[in-house]
Amino acid sequence: MIPPSFEYASPKSLSEAIDLLASRGEGAKVIAGGQSLIPLLKLRLASPSLLVDINRIPGLSRIEESVDFLRIGAMARMADVEASALIREDYPIIHDASAVIGDPLVRNLGTVGGNVSHGDPNNDMPAVMLALGAEFVATGPAGERTIRARDFFLDTFTVALNHDEILTEIRVPRCRPRSGGCYLKLEQKVADFATAGVAVQVRLTNGDECEEIGVGLTAAGPTAIKAKRAEDWMRGKAPFDRAAVRGLARLAAEGSNPSTDLRGTFAYKKQVIALLVGRAFRRACERARGAS
Amino acid sequence: MPPRLDGRIPITVTVNGIKMEAEVEPRLLLVHFIRENLGLTGTHVGCDTSNCSACAVLMDGKVVKACTVLAVQADGREILTVEGLSKGGKLHPVQEAFLAKHGLQCGFCTPGMLMSAYALLKGNRHPTEEEIREGISGNVCRCTGYVQIVESVQQAARSKKW
Repeated sequence: MIPPSFEYASPKSLSEAIDLLASRGEGAKVIAGGQSLIPLLKLRLASPSLLVDINRIPGLSRIEESVDFLRIGAMARMADVEASALIREDYPIIHDASAVIGDPLVRNLGTVGGNVSHGDPNNDMPAVMLALGAEFVATGPAGERTIRARDFFLDTFTVALNHDEILTEIRVPRCRPRSGGCYLKLEQKVADFATAGVAVQVRLTNGDECEEIGVGLTAAGPTAIKAKRAEDWMRGKAPFDRAAVRGLARLAAEGSNPSTDLRGTFAYKKQVIALLVGRAFRRACERARGAS
Repeated sequence: MPPRLDGRIPITVTVNGIKMEAEVEPRLLLVHFIRENLGLTGTHVGCDTSNCSACAVLMDGKVVKACTVLAVQADGREILTVEGLSKGGKLHPVQEAFLAKHGLQCGFCTPGMLMSAYALLKGNRHPTEEEIREGISGNVCRCTGYVQIVESVQQAARSKKW
């Protein structure tokens, strides 16, 4: 399959890339790792007039901690995230997701920024970022602004970036003591989208109560979903309270709206979500205790 | 040089150690550049939908799907295709192992399997069986000959000829 014709630019700086996007309007599209966009081009489901390739802009792929945040450059490749000792040890929920996205070849090129800003509800990182309470840095003609993950995913393939903005960094609140997370994905085969995916991040008190909790769901509706009612229910409750955890799982599933497709029916997927939420929550708590 | 927005774009790609210059349309996929412009038909087009990795090549040392990279994106980069594995008519140890262990049936997925196996073993000379299965998990063999393929990679890992 051959993509439709488009023009191509490979700017060497962010400002040059933003100028191109601003001057060319809605027809211009950013290409990062290309592992979602190029398949769409081949299927002719996308037909941009200009591709702005941001692969040659330096400085967009760092993975480092600052005082308040883990800062992931938007162009950090999934394979680099998967190999990062910092992420594996202190942000295991991100490591979990990075290891189950696509296949090893996709992960060599696919980026965190692309996974998030593509706006596909089947992508794995959006749910993780919702669970972590991350924020995204968008850089445009007027400079930088930050957008909370919970305000970012507007609709299927639609995110809160303007056409002349580029997602440049993902900021995750810095890891704190007694916090941990887990991402679990049920997939039919390697490189398939999730039948369902669940991200749970917790912080426990010294008395082993759930002080903070974030729950994000993949492939559970038109966008990645933040399971707010489930989070509110569990806050202040004890992880060993089995009725409480059952409530958490039930509320998360109730807040989802998965579509019936070849991967399963609406009812089946809701059961999968409930099951995975319970498992991911228990694993997140184990990690939170281990991380103290 | 300002970005060139129209028409064909000049690229320089080092393929199997040889510097190639060409002018390509932006929409040309790397796999078509390799097969049609360069005539290196060892890199196969299997699925055309980015699922099967029969088109796997190494770009700057990392294994990628050549059907999911634009040729223009390979400008200035080094590509290794299956033709670049053998040296002076002698098969690479990975190829020898696939031959010895019957790591292929119809052979269509083999170039991609070889490149994924090569990339895996370059980074990890002593992979476990699980690591091998993970390493080739993006490559689909429709003959389902995975058992012999895994044995082939294990044999290649043991080879002293690297």
